[in-house]
Amino acid sequence: MPSFRFTVDGRRVSVNAEPEMPLLYALRNDLGLDNPHFGCGLAQCGACTVHLDGEPVRSCVLPVSAASGRTVTTLKGLGTPDKPHPLQAAYVEEQVPQCGYCINGWVMTAAAYLKKNPKASDAQLRDALAGLKCRCGTHVAILRAIKRAQARLA
Amino acid sequence: MTTLTRREFLKTSGALVVSFAAPPLTGALAQVAGGKPALVPTELDSWIAVLPDGRVQAFFGKMDMGQGLEVVIAQIVADELDVACDKVDVLMGDTGTSCNQGGASGSTGVSNGGRLLRSAAAEARRLLLESGSKRLGVPAEQLRVEEGIILSQDGRKVAYSELVGGKYFHHPVEWNKQVGNAMDIKVRAKPKTPQEYRVVGKSFARRDVAWKVYGTDRFVTDVRVKGMLHARVIRPPRAACKVRGVDEASIRSIRGARVVREKDFVAVVAPREWDAVRAAQMLKVDWHALDGAFPAMDSLHEHIRSAKVVKREEPVKKGDLAAAFSAPGVRIVEAQYEWPFQSHASMGPGCAVADAKADRCTVWTGSQKPHFVRDGVAKLLGMAPEKVRAIWVAGPGSYGRNDAGDAALDAAFLSKAAGKPVRVQGMRADGTAWDPKGPACVHRARAAIDASGKVIGYEFVAKGFSRQHIATNESDPADSLVGQATGIPAKGTQIFGVPAESYGFENKLLAWETIAPLVENCSPLRTAHMRDPVGPEIHFGAEQFIDELAAAVGEDPVAFRLRYLTDPRHQAVVKAAAEKAGWQARNSSERTMKGRGIAFAERNGTAVAAVAEVEVERSTGRIWARRVVVAHDCGLVINPQGLRYTIEGNVVQGISRAVYEQVRFDRDAVSSVDWASYPILEMQDAPAAIEVVLINRPEVAPSGAGEPTMRVIPAAVANAFFDATGVRLRKAPLNAERVKAALSRA
Ligand code: FES
Ligand code: FES
Repeated sequence: MPSFRFTVDGRRVSVNAEPEMPLLYALRNDLGLDNPHFGCGLAQCGACTVHLDGEPVRSCVLPVSAASGRTVTTLKGLGTPDKPHPLQAAYVEEQVPQCGYCINGWVMTAAAYLKKNPKASDAQLRDALAGLKCRCGTHVAILRAIKRAQARLA
Repeated sequence: MTTLTRREFLKTSGALVVSFAAPPLTGALAQVAGGKPALVPTELDSWIAVLPDGRVQAFFGKMDMGQGLEVVIAQIVADELDVACDKVDVLMGDTGTSCNQGGASGSTGVSNGGRLLRSAAAEARRLLLESGSKRLGVPAEQLRVEEGIILSQDGRKVAYSELVGGKYFHHPVEWNKQVGNAMDIKVRAKPKTPQEYRVVGKSFARRDVAWKVYGTDRFVTDVRVKGMLHARVIRPPRAACKVRGVDEASIRSIRGARVVREKDFVAVVAPREWDAVRAAQMLKVDWHALDGAFPAMDSLHEHIRSAKVVKREEPVKKGDLAAAFSAPGVRIVEAQYEWPFQSHASMGPGCAVADAKADRCTVWTGSQKPHFVRDGVAKLLGMAPEKVRAIWVAGPGSYGRNDAGDAALDAAFLSKAAGKPVRVQGMRADGTAWDPKGPACVHRARAAIDASGKVIGYEFVAKGFSRQHIATNESDPADSLVGQATGIPAKGTQIFGVPAESYGFENKLLAWETIAPLVENCSPLRTAHMRDPVGPEIHFGAEQFIDELAAAVGEDPVAFRLRYLTDPRHQAVVKAAAEKAGWQARNSSERTMKGRGIAFAERNGTAVAAVAEVEVERSTGRIWARRVVVAHDCGLVINPQGLRYTIEGNVVQGISRAVYEQVRFDRDAVSSVDWASYPILEMQDAPAAIEVVLINRPEVAPSGAGEPTMRVIPAAVANAFFDATGVRLRKAPLNAERVKAALSRA
């Protein structure tokens, strides 16, 4: 099996795998980074979202070979309890997650989007977050948290 | 002394330690010689412990699925024991540390689960005071407790931890001999009165939020056991298929992958997960397919209407209905409402890890009922229940009997067959096409109105597939796919439900009828409980019909409800919702494509009313529930913020079910296999505002909140749609296609 090298959350790693194996399996099983979750495997829900060179990607459909030589950021790389990303701090303050299985996707997607458009309007945010799923229905709390984070970023 | 955080708890009792030799509890308790009393409901030690550092552990046999139950239980226990809330750890969902209180079920976490823990905590406090009284030589009545310290009037004190810290109470309590939701204990202590609560009633933050946001703890999908194999189960391409043969050579190119087959149950296992996924895709199975198992989807409700009734019950029967309907001069109003099959469609497909040895088994499960998982696994593997330990680890929300229950039994079966620990997770289709479904149904409503505009007769008959083709939990392999595929036939229970309200119509009949399942065994359309079982289904009809009656007599929907509701608590939520929403009676002939609708229902003591404001786009058929106001009375409110968010989740999931969700199928198979073929609400369509009015009734014991709001949302949206457009949509979901068609006909 070929080996692929890339950087994850500031760490240089190498994974032996079939080139077409989705990055998600490499992150979770080979590297023990569990925050991207398997939700659909079809790029339909966002649960597996990570950043690839700063852009949100669905790691369930991205071949591991496509990460070669690039920089991957997972939820843990985004922020920690000691050094939270403003979105994470806001999610905690707003008590957003219910089951929490989807939250990775919402935080990672919104974090990348706010970088480009920190002052995004409600309508822009709704469009930018299209395609993400939350079966527990925390959407309204998610919007509250993003707005709270925006106030902090402003 | 270490405190038992969830993480440490998992470390010790969970993920990496799989031997029963490991003590089930950390801390001093496990080290005390003389032994821990048996984990039985009759021992106080089964419910509560005080550690040497004064922290308190509450052992809870129900589950917090992300609606804030964990902190609520801590609040209840803290109040009763007079300790700070953050000193109480709630240990949930491990059959090695808790009794079977039924898991997450029927919104009874607080009403039943909390009641029991309150009794246990009160009894613990009583015993502690008794022993403090001896220690201090002061009668117990002259002692008070502050933050876990017993104080006498003259300033002497002794801490709980000094009295019992790290030791067992060894104190019997009276158990009502019930298992599951009804489990309760009787104690000598008298719990506090609501006036004495200091912790209950306040919004303490949840404990599972931070780790979910920072990703610092595990979901069930993240549990790994040394030497474990990954498995994928291959569900049949059609309902009730039989396996004729499996071509094991078809996966020979995948290193380490192999087939596990027993009768019609087929799975692949492999050391690497990706290999299991690939093997499942590549494996050639020769299925003997059953043709035409299902009716055409378009005629589903016709099928239900004409199907033979298997069971009928008439839970409410009052007066002389026949006479009312044949009274001279009465006007009859009639309507039928249809609801589709719906999928739990959890955010992640079911997942479980099992380690089955010859004589014992450990299962890590996301099922909301781990104690029943234990029982089901024990039966499946032919072991005594004591030999099985099920450990709940947070998973994707389940909202009832979803595919997590099947995954748990699959994992146990496969681990035994493979002789190694096995992790199984479904692919998306397993969570959408193959989870047990909420039942499709048709509701017939009929009313007689006399010349004065009074409703003198009312009849509502719900007819559909039983809500329990498979049981509410997985304690019997007959209710699991692996059980059925290996030859254990489904048993099924015939049960449905009727509207829950207090409308005082003089002559009234509320009845339900069930019909046979389309396919007995291994059916992707088998039915089971889904959040607020049959609640949204029934009230989608019942509460639209109330609006239709209001319209028939030319009365405002709020005024009409208030005229007929007989219970003051029911009236109060309707009034509160209407008031908060700024409801005004108006001429219903103005059709602005914007409208508002109300719906009301009761659920096991909880009364809820919702007003939805919707906007309808004629060109696209889009319905947007822009604002939803909910008034909610579940008795005593324990944690207002947690309650608000639980209600919000219900509102959004309720809109999703009302507007978007239906399981699609053709004559042979379920064709809703992913999020494209089973759409749910997304962010663009989330309400701009959800406003919640909590009616707190400290004098009334708390009833449930996890589900009641779900049942009023679909009708509130449908009634608002009518208000906006003048068109009644009596078939759910109210999706764009249907809206466009209905508006073009209008
Ligand atoms: S798991 Fe990748 S988008 Fe759903
Ligand atoms: S919080 Fe459960 S799916 Fe979003």
